[in-house]
Amino acid sequence: MMSCKDAVKLMSENQDRPLRLPERLGLGLHLVICRGCRATRRHFDFLRAAVRKISTPDS
Amino acid sequence: MDRSAIENTIVTMRPQLLRFARMQLRSDAAAEDMVQETLMAALEKSDSFEGAATAKTWVFAILKNRITDEFRRRARRPSSESMDLHEPEEESPGAFDALFDSRGHWRESPPTWSNPDQSLEQQQFWDVFQLCLDGLADKPSRVFMMREFLELTTEEICKELKITSSNCWVLLHRARLGLRECLAQRWFGENEQ
Repeated sequence: MMSCKDAVKLMSENQDRPLRLPERLGLGLHLVICRGCRATRRHFDFLRAAVRKISTPDS
Repeated sequence: MDRSAIENTIVTMRPQLLRFARMQLRSDAAAEDMVQETLMAALEKSDSFEGAATAKTWVFAILKNRITDEFRRRARRPSSESMDLHEPEEESPGAFDALFDSRGHWRESPPTWSNPDQSLEQQQFWDVFQLCLDGLADKPSRVFMMREFLELTTEEICKELKITSSNCWVLLHRARLGLRECLAQRWFGENEQ
């Protein structure tokens, strides 16, 4: 089973490159059982959403 | 849309542009100058914009280009800020090891944040966000800005800064984890009880 440390690294890289199939599968499996990593994934998504809010013109 | 309406649109973008530039440049003076130049360039062209949306998009694109140029310049400048992009990049050396145990599992599992989207509407949140960005080391900070604020691809960043993609990913990972930790503690109140 993938460690949390590796899972977090892959979740970050997932924002920058498409993951390979084995990486996707391993990460998916890990996320099913790991609440902390699921929370971290939402935190990373939140960081991106926060920056988007500043870097896009107000409509 | 007439010219004065477009000009008005451009001028009212100033606060948003300033926030955007300040967050990245770590210098209010540099941000002010850059925003001023961008606004002046946009006003000179105000005839050529079809509408407010086009003008806004153009202004943002110009400002992003200028900031990218500035990062390129800073990355080339050696000394003062101890910026050596060619130093070997280990897997997050040290900094985040404390978060995980020897088997790579969380020492303290991160909790869910309550109502994070609401935070985006609060001015205080942005002050904390700025504080956390300022707390990042130079290299992770610069790469994070280029990736997230300027929306460059990893390939573009590697080319600009002459680093490898894996180096780039490590720096981005470090920046995101650093920001996560900082916001968790200073805004979302993790580890308080």
